[in-house]
Amino acid sequence: MSRLSAESVTLAYDGRVIAEDLSVAVPDHSFTVIVGPNACGKSTLLRALSRMLKPAAGSVLLDGAAIGSYPAKKVARTLGLLPQSSVAPDGITVADLVARGRHPHQGLLRQWSPEDERVVEESMTATGVAALADRYVDELSGGQRQRVWIAMALAQRTPLLLLDEPTTYLDIQHQIEILDLCAELHETQGRTLVAVLHDLNHAARYATHLIAMRDGKVVAEGAPADIVTAPLVEEVFGLRCQVIDDPQTGTPLVVPAARRPRDAAPAGATGSTAAAARPAGPPSA
Amino acid sequence: MKPVKALRTRGGLSVRLDARAALVVTLLVAAALAASVALIGTGDYPMSFADVLRTLTGGGTAAQEFIVHDLRLPRVLVALLVGAALALAGAVFQSVSRNPLGSPDVIGLAQGSTAGALLVIVLFQGGTTAVAAGSVGGGILSGAAIYALAWKKGVHGYRFVLVGIAMAAILTAVIGYLLTKANLTDAARATTWMVGSLNGRDWDQVWPLAAACTVLVPLVLGHSRSLRMLEMGDDAAYALGVPVERTRLVTMAAAVLLTSAATAAAGPIAFVALAAPQLARRLTRSTGPNLTAAACTGATLLVTADWASQQLFGADRLPVGALTGMLGGCYLLGLLYTERRGGRI
Repeated sequence: MSRLSAESVTLAYDGRVIAEDLSVAVPDHSFTVIVGPNACGKSTLLRALSRMLKPAAGSVLLDGAAIGSYPAKKVARTLGLLPQSSVAPDGITVADLVARGRHPHQGLLRQWSPEDERVVEESMTATGVAALADRYVDELSGGQRQRVWIAMALAQRTPLLLLDEPTTYLDIQHQIEILDLCAELHETQGRTLVAVLHDLNHAARYATHLIAMRDGKVVAEGAPADIVTAPLVEEVFGLRCQVIDDPQTGTPLVVPAARRPRDAAPAGATGSTAAAARPAGPPSA
Repeated sequence: MKPVKALRTRGGLSVRLDARAALVVTLLVAAALAASVALIGTGDYPMSFADVLRTLTGGGTAAQEFIVHDLRLPRVLVALLVGAALALAGAVFQSVSRNPLGSPDVIGLAQGSTAGALLVIVLFQGGTTAVAAGSVGGGILSGAAIYALAWKKGVHGYRFVLVGIAMAAILTAVIGYLLTKANLTDAARATTWMVGSLNGRDWDQVWPLAAACTVLVPLVLGHSRSLRMLEMGDDAAYALGVPVERTRLVTMAAAVLLTSAATAAAGPIAFVALAAPQLARRLTRSTGPNLTAAACTGATLLVTADWASQQLFGADRLPVGALTGMLGGCYLLGLLYTERRGGRI
């Protein structure tokens, strides 16, 4: 089942076509991750799925009807988006910014209900920013700030949440922290998450459903363990590599091929990777 | 954490309440009223605070009645309405362009109104009403032109301000040309109009302005929550269910009309629209456009400036536009200095 899908859409900016006749369905309750090289159209697809970009042809369906046919506020109660470019207004506190996520549930005469208050507190607790509630957003570190934006998107209380490269510009430990948080939200709250990620290994580790794109087309789609293989990585990214099991999670781990074998490489390390190497097979989608 | 205060009813209605903003607005209204009474009492026939209040409530002598109701009250009302309208328009432009420089004086609206008014004065020797109409027409045309030129997938901050500055330059050239074409009488009339003044304003200026404000002020205030969301970026606002383009079009159109109506009544009074929203923001210490506080600040500023110019320079000597221009110029320099220190320009 899929509440959100794109049905043979053509996506274009100012007449420049990015993708043609593209169809994608987001499985309900999945953590779907879209990967692909730069300019493959992954962010464009996410923009179309979140109604930021109107398809030139075809349609994006939400609960069976064209997403553009709903009032903006109604969509905002079903589908949340964390865009890449958000501006925290000058001098806004964490609690105030998170509270803005309640906008689709509010009206001129219903500006701040007890439920709004409860949801905002829960969202800040879930993302670990409750202790920062009174701090100004501009004072926070990049990782903290991203948590606040995620808290705002959570406060929107949508069953579907779309994230456009939520780990960009973050240090490695904050990238993992944010992705762990996403996985936790997916598991404990049963939300459907769709994210665009740059790092294929992160995608393979966290996604339950992976969509690999190249040149505006879906090359492979499915569970990471089923589709991430050396030939697929070469086809999608043009990268020669070896795919091994992640020693922590057992998910596929892509190790780029060395320019030439290093003499000084520790023997133990090479041995273990060779033992765990996956057989290279054709992509399964 | 700072608790968000809200008034709630049993039926599930709730209204957010910012205690500081409410206090600031109350104090500003009180200050505006006090300055208004002082302004009514100022002039060749000075009146005490008590006399003014008594006359306003219907207890004055016939002479006092005439001075207050026919001469000075309309001037004060024009000052209050012009100040509020300009400040509200400035708050909208600054919010939409996400730039403290987005104000009718900077982006060419004031110049558009001036060019319209001068066209009527110089080419047609029109009367007061015709000049006002020319000013409104010029303001609306330049507003539409700026929107059309800056529009590319939505109006964006810097492009909007830069297009506006270019527009202002072109219109200033047109104004200069019209002035050189004028004969001496018309040129004198035109330059007086261009400074912006409240001298000799009567009920003919009050009513159209009051009518415009009655429609436009509630319209803009009704969009204040959407404007606040827009400041987070178009995508974030749209994701949260704000009809981005419609909000922008409606509020900007209303702001253009407010500016034009105010300029038609008092000429292009400088810098109220630029400074009032920023002052209001610093007073309320809250984010977002603070529309109500901005409007109250604008009204208070203009009445106080008019009163001050009469006290300092004598009755009707210095048009209030010259004073706000001088004060506003200093304010703009200060703003540019802090923005530069903040690394934003």
